[in-house]
Amino acid sequence: MAVKNKKLNLKDKYQYLTRDMAWEPTYQKKEDIYPDESFEGIKIVDWSQWEDPFRLTMDAYWKYQAEKEKKLYAIFDAFAQNNGHQNITDARYVNALKLFLTGVSPLEHAAFQGYSKVGRQFSGAGARVACQMQAIDELRHSQTQQHAMSHYNKHFNGLHDAAHMHDRVWFLSVPKSFFDDARTAGPFEFLTAISFSFEYVLTNLLFVPFMSGAAYNNDMATVTFGFSAQSDEARHMTLGLEVIKFILEQHEDNVPIVQRWIDKWFWRGFRLLSLVSMMMDYMLPKKVMSWAEAWEVYYEQNGGALFKDLERYGIRPPKYEDVANEAKHHLSHQLWTTFYQYSQATNFHTWIPTEEEMDWMSEKYPDTFDKYYRPRYEFLAKEHAEGRRYYNNTLPQLCQVCQVPTLFTEKGDATKLSHRQIEHEGERYHFCSEACCDIFKDEPEKYVQAWLPVHQIYQGNCEGGDVETVVQNYYHINIGEDNFEYVGSPDHKRWQFIKGMAPQQKGDDQAEKTVQKPNAA
Amino acid sequence: MSEQLVFIVFQDNDNARYLADAIMADNPHAEMQHQPAMIRIQADKRLVINRETMEEELGRDWDVQEMLIDVISIGGNVDEDDDHFILEWN
Repeated sequence: MAVKNKKLNLKDKYQYLTRDMAWEPTYQKKEDIYPDESFEGIKIVDWSQWEDPFRLTMDAYWKYQAEKEKKLYAIFDAFAQNNGHQNITDARYVNALKLFLTGVSPLEHAAFQGYSKVGRQFSGAGARVACQMQAIDELRHSQTQQHAMSHYNKHFNGLHDAAHMHDRVWFLSVPKSFFDDARTAGPFEFLTAISFSFEYVLTNLLFVPFMSGAAYNNDMATVTFGFSAQSDEARHMTLGLEVIKFILEQHEDNVPIVQRWIDKWFWRGFRLLSLVSMMMDYMLPKKVMSWAEAWEVYYEQNGGALFKDLERYGIRPPKYEDVANEAKHHLSHQLWTTFYQYSQATNFHTWIPTEEEMDWMSEKYPDTFDKYYRPRYEFLAKEHAEGRRYYNNTLPQLCQVCQVPTLFTEKGDATKLSHRQIEHEGERYHFCSEACCDIFKDEPEKYVQAWLPVHQIYQGNCEGGDVETVVQNYYHINIGEDNFEYVGSPDHKRWQFIKGMAPQQKGDDQAEKTVQKPNAA
Repeated sequence: MSEQLVFIVFQDNDNARYLADAIMADNPHAEMQHQPAMIRIQADKRLVINRETMEEELGRDWDVQEMLIDVISIGGNVDEDDDHFILEWN
């Protein structure tokens, strides 16, 4: 007589997936199968303690992911079919997408590679399954972002060669080197870096308020891929927190190692996200919240609650958190004034914020904007008005660790440049901060190998000795189309044409090729 | 700040509005915020989504994991089983 199968509950299903599909090896030694599991000094006593709180099994995973994809691609189709790019608030906004596609999307792909790799390196089945799902998620993010932006690529400049640019362009070495650093670390450091410090502590700042801002600026495609990706992130973040708790609970010797990684990766993530500060304050024509407000909610408040929770393991908040908290009043302004000066070498445009935007910044940054930054914009605007749009022709000094130009100021003194230097084996190295200098001192043998774009240009490794040749030939940035000031750029002219504010320019080939005339009969 | 806030963010869509209603019904100490395209709910220490409440709201069977479709972000330790989804700080 057939017995009706009792439906398994969530806990049982997860148990079957992560326990009964794993086995103890008999004819090979465990340490030969998982050779990278021990060299970082992390001690794991009992892998069976690893638990994914979502208890996601493969059947549920595919079911929900498929549903997300169907919803997402229906919206991409609708967006493209209805010329959604014509409805965004202002074409200046598209420049944030150029930064996203070249700076962020390749990181999704790097994350896919990273999780595929570490997923092989853990002897615990629960950890392997979680890494495998996350690897597939990250590949999905990379692909959906490219699909979303391929529509913009038909109508705006600077989006045509993102993967190539990510590997070469000077400011893109900031995100690239971040992930390369994580992927060349051991498996436990990788999880602390990406799952915990980046996903759990920091990515909300990009994927929640910035994506809400994308919606506010009528970019239906971007907000949809952003939130769709972030719905996976909710799982990843949970994994990040569980990873940290699991490692800390396994052995007390793990605590100082993890603390050092948290200090390092909080700081590296904070430096990487300085690009997002500028996207939020300067590149969203309609603003949702300022970078400082987002930092308060998503780091100070949420991070505060998190680190209070971790206190019982002997973990304290990241070192130099005070510097990051104070920097929230300055970060976006210091970044934007720097990029403004180097627009000749970027795949996106920059501009002086409008009067209205500057008033918004005065309101959001009452102690810093009028005092330090508004006067700079007034000066630069005057220069531009008099036919001297300012470009800085001296290449910047880059930090050996985070690779951001040394543009930040000291905590408590916004007129004093933050700069550290040390000598190591006869060579001098420069840093943007005490925190980056600490990271170097901890592992100098790693960071002396950094591929610093400015050094590489000066050493003649970038197909030319002058900026113009490097930008055109080595970066694949089309001069006069992708780079320089926004006002008067081909993007700007095309936008004015779309909005019926200017006639189509004769000889503007790209506009003729791609712009659909509104109401064309 | 003495509060230790957990939070959950949903896409502002039809599915998630039922979720938000269910959460507000079961968590009187929670605060709901509306931002462009999203609903953010935060509460001191603990938030719970109950399957039973959701099924009453929706008038149909509801699997706790269905929330994965509409969630954008969370903060707090997660505890999930067939009947509830809990976020909390210790």
